[in-house]
Amino acid sequence: MEITDWLQAAIADAERRGLAELRPLLQNLAQATDILRRADWNGDDPIRFRSDGTADTGRGPA
Amino acid sequence: MVETPHRLPILEAAPLVERREVTAEALVRACLGEISASLALNAFITVLADSAMAQARAADREIADGRYRGPLHGIPISIKDLIDLEGVTTTAASRVRIGHRATHDAPVIARLRAAGAIFVGKTNLHEFAFGVTNEDSAFGPARNPHDPSRSPGGSSGGSAAAVAAGMSFASIGTDTGGSIRIPASACGIVGLKPQIGALSCTGVVPLSPSMDHVGPLARTVADARLLFAVMAGGTARPPREPVDGLRLGLPRRYFLERLDTDVRRAFEATVERLVRAGVTIGDVDIPHAHDIAPVYLHISLAEAARYHARALDESPDDYTKPVRLRLELGRYVLAEDYLRALDGRRALRSEVDAALAGCDALVLPTLPIPAPPLGATTVQIESGTEPVRAALLRLTQLFNMTGHPALSMPCGTTPAGLPCGCQIVGPHGDTIRLLDLAEALEPHVTGRSDSAGA
Repeated sequence: MEITDWLQAAIADAERRGLAELRPLLQNLAQATDILRRADWNGDDPIRFRSDGTADTGRGPA
Repeated sequence: MVETPHRLPILEAAPLVERREVTAEALVRACLGEISASLALNAFITVLADSAMAQARAADREIADGRYRGPLHGIPISIKDLIDLEGVTTTAASRVRIGHRATHDAPVIARLRAAGAIFVGKTNLHEFAFGVTNEDSAFGPARNPHDPSRSPGGSSGGSAAAVAAGMSFASIGTDTGGSIRIPASACGIVGLKPQIGALSCTGVVPLSPSMDHVGPLARTVADARLLFAVMAGGTARPPREPVDGLRLGLPRRYFLERLDTDVRRAFEATVERLVRAGVTIGDVDIPHAHDIAPVYLHISLAEAARYHARALDESPDDYTKPVRLRLELGRYVLAEDYLRALDGRRALRSEVDAALAGCDALVLPTLPIPAPPLGATTVQIESGTEPVRAALLRLTQLFNMTGHPALSMPCGTTPAGLPCGCQIVGPHGDTIRLLDLAEALEPHVTGRSDSAGA
């Protein structure tokens, strides 16, 4: 889920639950999540998908 | 004759108790007197005057009968009100916990009780330990004995205030992001976060179970060693470290980048004293240090929200507003991001291990600022501002994630008399080894070696 989509959904849900004060906290969390996802240790190596929809992990045949 | 024996370190008071030059009853009376005289500090949620006096009289009888149990026998200590003490409500400083009377001692408390320690009361904290200023408590904020307009730090703020102001010889706290070391630094005492898992967290209200630690707040490293050893079920062997030849790693990048000017001056003076004492100090690096806060945030928020989910749904208004909002925030952390944060924790642990590979321990400040004023939301550091919460956590939270043992001890004061703290971090797996090192370094870190030579 993209961070912008997550943030939009989270703010909408918080407001629906009467927790509008969460908005600035969610915005700060979104910034932290962005840093987290961009870190080079996080294992988000690109997984390539074959035309049949199965993942190619780059490690060769299983 | 010592006029104020209740202000001594435990290991100096204990021989007086053993020789019956001071009674446990006198020590308890003196601590209760300090508690009464310092009500404005709001350090205690529950004062156990009657049971403490009964414990003291029993201890005095045992000692008179020749049944001295050891250096904690007859010594008044306090317990953070997050830890179960049989027969007493564990409030966690929250209205959510009203009526949660503990039916058993937590295992660490049972060991202290068996060693003869006396419990004078349960100390104030940041609600559910989810904060570092002690401002959000159902019982009102605890205050710093060095300046009551300031925070004692948190979340074990009442514990640190109690030890610093003579209300108890030591206190047992918890540390999930720095909650023992932060108030220890802010109040000018010693605080130990042991190796993760070294002390049982059973009977302790959890915050972030994969990062929660129990540990002592005390007046000296030797007292912290004693309390740790008793709670771990072992004995405190004497230290064996000469200072000369010790090697400390100094992680300058990130950890020394943004410090209050007075804190920086105190820390640099500490480093100079250590070098004069024969300690070798070399630079080390934590390559992903700038990722520490986001990694910590995702783990702590998600785990705290998991524990509180039911109470958030059933009694949300019983939380203080700031704590409720932060707990609710945790419910929005995605599973994929929590797992990314766990990957980050593994990477950071490897980096701390690597930094420690060529030295005996790391040395760094505990806090980048002195105790902040109560009510402050941001703090000015050098040319920028930073949220108080982020600043207070910045130098301690890494070692909750990695599990390395870490200890804070006083290293001087600002010109306004506010304490500064120095943090020593040891290799994985050996809290006693860290305590050995810290005890050897203590006179030089605190500056007592200079005063002794003057």
